[in-house]
Amino acid sequence: MKTELDIPALAVFIFFFALVTIMGFVASRWKRPKTLASLDEWGLGGRQFGTWITWFLVGGDFYTAYTVIAVPSLVYSVGAYGFFALPYTILVYPFVFMVMPKLWQVAKDNGYVTAADVVHGRYASRTLEAAVAITGVVATMPYIALQLIGMAAAVKALGFEGEWPLIAAFLVLALYTYSSGLRAPALIAFVKDIMIYIAVIAAVSYIPGKLGGYAAVFTAADEAFKAKGSGSILLQPSQYVAYATLALGSALAAFMYPHTLTGIFASKSATTIRKNAVLLPAYTLMLGLLALLGYMGHAAHLKLASNNDVVPALFQNLFPGWFAGFAFAAIAIGALVPAAVMSIGAANLFTRNFWKAYVNPNVTHAQEAGVAKIASLVVKVGALLVIIYLPTQFALDLQLLGGLWILQTLPALIFGLFTRWFTAPALLAGWAVGLFGGTYLTWMDGLKPLHLLSVGSWSATVYVGIIALVANIVVAAIVNVIVRRTSGPFASDTWVGLPTEK
Amino acid sequence: MTREIRAATGEALIMNRHYLWLLLLPFVGLLWIPLYNFKDPVLLGFPFFYWYQLAWVPVTAVLTWIAYRTYPHED
Repeated sequence: MKTELDIPALAVFIFFFALVTIMGFVASRWKRPKTLASLDEWGLGGRQFGTWITWFLVGGDFYTAYTVIAVPSLVYSVGAYGFFALPYTILVYPFVFMVMPKLWQVAKDNGYVTAADVVHGRYASRTLEAAVAITGVVATMPYIALQLIGMAAAVKALGFEGEWPLIAAFLVLALYTYSSGLRAPALIAFVKDIMIYIAVIAAVSYIPGKLGGYAAVFTAADEAFKAKGSGSILLQPSQYVAYATLALGSALAAFMYPHTLTGIFASKSATTIRKNAVLLPAYTLMLGLLALLGYMGHAAHLKLASNNDVVPALFQNLFPGWFAGFAFAAIAIGALVPAAVMSIGAANLFTRNFWKAYVNPNVTHAQEAGVAKIASLVVKVGALLVIIYLPTQFALDLQLLGGLWILQTLPALIFGLFTRWFTAPALLAGWAVGLFGGTYLTWMDGLKPLHLLSVGSWSATVYVGIIALVANIVVAAIVNVIVRRTSGPFASDTWVGLPTEK
Repeated sequence: MTREIRAATGEALIMNRHYLWLLLLPFVGLLWIPLYNFKDPVLLGFPFFYWYQLAWVPVTAVLTWIAYRTYPHED
């Protein structure tokens, strides 16, 4: 890849970066409330985002910069198997449709801001609340770090060396998130998503033409995998279960994360969420086409130092400089939106489920917003330090485990919306078995997310997240039967509202 | 307007909720890999494996929209 600075590319990049920076600060005046000094306003934008704002925000937040870099890179290196991101991001929406409007309603009615608030509200258990909150924060930290990797790939392609552009971009991000809260990424998401759409549509319509059409692209990829002796444009029978369980597990985990839930809780109504379950698949179509950039990398015979360079290298080699600059700006800005929402989600958890729960139960709304703002800064600085001082692989491994961990909060968060049968000790036991058991399996397999399961003559490679979730649910059910037999009634029959300050 | 009609005829509402079962179709269609792990028929250069999965995006959106219509609209 070229490394010298490309002036038109750089000019376009800087223009768009400056534009979103200004928007980030101006956002504090957007749909302005009397005061931003409450968690509902700073951390959830006032719970007033309608269909289109939610569409841009959740789309911008869920389809991250890292996705734009990593999915084509995986498809480039392993082929069809990397395509599991497509069924994953299709199946997530029927799930969102069935579950998230209920969750939103409970949060709205009781003033909950985080998943752990919901869990505490249902089960009145500080321990279960803490388990869900800690899992959320720990799973989110490496995810923020990965956004930096996505941004770094774009910045590197522009010809910058060293870490200072990343640090500068993150400082700016930290400052406007601090001042505007969720309104900043919500407003920037409009620019980010439109830019990403333009870049991807240009890429998938223009590049194949230059490479001899889609048929030639698939043929080139097929030949490259055969020459390499690994990877394939179709799945091997031994990959079937892995592909299906990765898709299903990822789909179930996706909206357990603090950043995606923040987008849900910030919606105006249950209808807004249902409508978005219909409309958000537009992003999935884009992701599916984007994934094919991996094969275009083979057709273009790119020589890459790292698989993560496939998307930047395609733009750089096949488009004029100014458009490459536009695409890199799209990717870099694409990192800012999720990073901001993730830090807000983590900050909300810290404020509600640690600060308010243990440090100052009588915290006022204004103090809550103050604590969350500081926490969001700390979270971002933490992610930056991880990227600068620890090997990249560390963040990748942690993010992988993060998906497994966050999935283990599903029974505690979701089951209570549909049944009153489960109790806190049972869900806690299930969570612990799923989380620690799953981590142990992943660790023993050399930090691979797949585990070979054998039962008699049947064996299959299964996504560890799904194995852990099944163990989680089975343990929770068994413990629940025992707990229900041996003790009296549980507090799980009503929602515990939060005292409101009025 | 449909809202009042539905509210008046609770039975119609319950009938409509059967449409929610449609949301299980994408899970079957996408998680049963032997159903679609083929090269042929190729469409516009895309092997079946790829265009079949891409086709599920609009299909799922339409199924979800059908389910969406069975709910009252609050806004």
